[in-house]
Amino acid sequence: MRVNGVEHSAPTDARRLLSDHLRHDLGLTGTHVGCEHGVCGCCTVLLDGAPVRSCLMLAVQAEGHEVTTVEGLARDVAPLHPVQQAFHECHGLQCGFCTPGFVMSVVGLLAQHPDPSPQQIEEGISGNLCRCTGYASIRRAVSRAVELTK
Amino acid sequence: MTTRWFGAPVQRVEDDRLLRGKGRFTDDLGEGALECCFVRSPYAHARITSIDVSAARAMPGVVAVYTAADLPFGGVDLPLLIPHPNLTHGRTQRCLASERVRYAGEAVAFVIAESRYIAEDAAELVQVDYEPLPVVITPEVALKAEHLVHDDVPGNVAAEMTQEVGDVDAAMRAAPHRKRLRFRYERGAASPMEGRAVWARWSAGERTLTVYDSTQSPTSIRGGLAVLFGLPESNVEVIAPDVGGGFGPKIMLFYPDELLVPYAAMQLGRPVKWTEDRQEHFTAVNQERGQVHEVEVGFDGEGRVLALGDDFIHDGGAYTPYGIILPIISAAQLPGPYRIPSYRVRFRDMYTNATPTSPYRGAGRPHACFVMERTLDAIAAELGLDRVEVRRRNLIQRDEFPYEVGVLWQDGNTVVYDSGDYPALLDRALAMLGPKPAGDHVGMGVAVYVEGTGVGPYEGAHVQVLVSGKVVAATGIPSQGQAHATVWAQVVADELGVDVRDVEVTGGDTRRFPWGVGTFASRGAVTAGNAMHVAARIVADRAKQIASDHLEAAPEDLELVGGQVRVKGSPDRGIPLAAVAVLSNPVRYAFGGGTEAATQFTAKAREGPPLHDGEQPGLEATGYYSPPGSAWASGCHAAYVRVDPKTFRLEILRYVVVHDCGRVINPLVLQGQIEGGVAQGIGGAFYERLAYDADGQLRNASFMEFLMPYATEIPRIEIDHLETPSPLNPLGVKGAGEAGVIPVGAVLASAIEDAMGVSITEMPLSPLKLYELSAT
Repeated sequence: MRVNGVEHSAPTDARRLLSDHLRHDLGLTGTHVGCEHGVCGCCTVLLDGAPVRSCLMLAVQAEGHEVTTVEGLARDVAPLHPVQQAFHECHGLQCGFCTPGFVMSVVGLLAQHPDPSPQQIEEGISGNLCRCTGYASIRRAVSRAVELTK
Repeated sequence: MTTRWFGAPVQRVEDDRLLRGKGRFTDDLGEGALECCFVRSPYAHARITSIDVSAARAMPGVVAVYTAADLPFGGVDLPLLIPHPNLTHGRTQRCLASERVRYAGEAVAFVIAESRYIAEDAAELVQVDYEPLPVVITPEVALKAEHLVHDDVPGNVAAEMTQEVGDVDAAMRAAPHRKRLRFRYERGAASPMEGRAVWARWSAGERTLTVYDSTQSPTSIRGGLAVLFGLPESNVEVIAPDVGGGFGPKIMLFYPDELLVPYAAMQLGRPVKWTEDRQEHFTAVNQERGQVHEVEVGFDGEGRVLALGDDFIHDGGAYTPYGIILPIISAAQLPGPYRIPSYRVRFRDMYTNATPTSPYRGAGRPHACFVMERTLDAIAAELGLDRVEVRRRNLIQRDEFPYEVGVLWQDGNTVVYDSGDYPALLDRALAMLGPKPAGDHVGMGVAVYVEGTGVGPYEGAHVQVLVSGKVVAATGIPSQGQAHATVWAQVVADELGVDVRDVEVTGGDTRRFPWGVGTFASRGAVTAGNAMHVAARIVADRAKQIASDHLEAAPEDLELVGGQVRVKGSPDRGIPLAAVAVLSNPVRYAFGGGTEAATQFTAKAREGPPLHDGEQPGLEATGYYSPPGSAWASGCHAAYVRVDPKTFRLEILRYVVVHDCGRVINPLVLQGQIEGGVAQGIGGAFYERLAYDADGQLRNASFMEFLMPYATEIPRIEIDHLETPSPLNPLGVKGAGEAGVIPVGAVLASAIEDAMGVSITEMPLSPLKLYELSAT
């Protein structure tokens, strides 16, 4: 599988979750694990550009696919990706644990709907749990990300 | 011109790494460590008849399996954190249960293996035989005392306490109107997105234990580990790295893993890491809020409360590690912002066969607020008066501060409100709320609350200007998302006249600052914030002292502005703060960074030895702040809701908050705290319910069934601030972390009652609950 543009060999353990593979085999610990049953969305990554929950996939299922994690959005000291920048400007994060999942969901949302309606924003972020912000600042961040992307 | 950072909406300095996926949460660290899994009791109450770990130990990849019998501290009760004379029957659990389990989820064995996958497989091979015992699952059942949680605790009562202000019996007899009410509030769960995690490594050569812990109190963990393992505190380092939300339960100590992981690392000579999974978080991490209140209130025909009596039972859970702080807070906070001439409160802290309780955001207050506000609504209904008017007639007025309530507070003092303007909160909230929207099944709710914040005993801070001119600051308490690194930097930057981005703050790392208490009780801004202010001011004074010799001006004529120490009124007569830092440390050997200016053959600005008596090298200082009492924040929430008459779906049409936490350090951060608090309040009031059955099994221990709100459930929150500074601390601040959650249950209950015309006396609600209420 390709992860953030780099080819990696599959894990040897067939039952290894994609989330564990990314975090513990590839060292991409930005993908977080909040529930391991596919509800919280902390582990969201892009699989061929679409948001998926990496805790609900085995790593071997990602063979032949392109995986993008939060580390793949803006390299090292490069400027933040517009979605990351918008979360910063709008105080769209507090503890930051759910944040990579939200960011990847919103990147996926804006790829599908570059100019989303309020309803589409609501739906786009309604698969991720945040316990800190109450979501208001995340909604603002999505609107800001649309502006920054234009 | 002086830039003032305090009060500005400074964007957070901690965001960058978190947004890039470079955060350092405990499970992100410690790659290559051994991994662990607990064996936990499936029964809420049972006798253990045998434990057989031989098959697990024999499994390839398993490094160790511990039961209580394997531990030198296996027979030791874990500490009772907050003793109190009324806690006559305090009981704490042991690290691993060996004879009896008292809640489903109690730890019985601990498996350590080369990977988590192997540890989980091996845990399934541990054979524990149980003899189930009768289960005591609610405080009401506990009160019946048909069965005991602890054989030696009669009546399941851990503690009983009665307090009285005035003469309630006489005032009640004399009151023109009396009413008896019963209110029930169920347990809730904090559910931070990051569960708990601990990673420990032991350096045998240096005899140093290093522990990374997703805790709200690394300094306390360090003290406890040092005692348990017989190490000097200086040989124990505890770090709370990035912590993915806390909301209270991460301040407990000790959870079993906090002892077992370091112990295993020391025994095995290898780093060991344990990361909780979500399912075990639901049963192994402390919960809160279960209380049942029996209220009698006496009032006059105008709706003024003359006497209030409350007798409540508190669901303490299976053990009382946190003492009786929660019912003490409920008892203290129940009168809220209202003048109650005669008040008597009695509580009994009951043992139940459920997860132990300790503070969860709000900590005793949401339920107390619910009881008081529901009581006022009942008075209004009884007299046919407007609910707002009844509140207005009972509110403490702005000229009555300091206002003494007279009951015990959680810091050992009695409750004294330091400042506030409660009528203004109410007026402003109602003005914001505006007229009631048209339509059927629409209701209005309102609640006013106070919150004792910033409790002691103290926090400290260390501030240092480096020879680069950059500033580093550290405090003992960690952040769980409250933007400490930003707000402390604002406080320090103001005192030192530097840019906020030039101040780097570390919290919750005992290597950087070993003293302190923890992040809880909305106390960070008050305690650590003021300690930062104190330390930075000492540094500023010292900088002026050093610079005065070089600028040939008196220290009092100097100011710190723009990274310089300069003469007031003469901006060109100044010296960079970096140069002052160099001069603060006389050196023999220049080591770069401009330090040649502080060597022995350079021109001296003053006579005498390089360091005068009492002087210390370095432009640094440590400062502490110890509050004389709590700073009492307050607020008013009001809402319009609509309840669908067929599906009982709740629609929050408008939700307004007017909040007073004294002087605001960062409005952006404060807004986030309020919005997040209200969202948790809405979740706890209408969506989240811990569904324990009669056998003590939590039937919904997953996010599939425990319905934490998504964005779709949380409306826009409109917020305004009132600022009545606290007279108790130099910054005039009060805490803000918990406030948002406190009145939400009361507001929604009031609004739903108004919309549906049914009596609401319980929390949490749900569409099903409303259906049941409307059907009766």
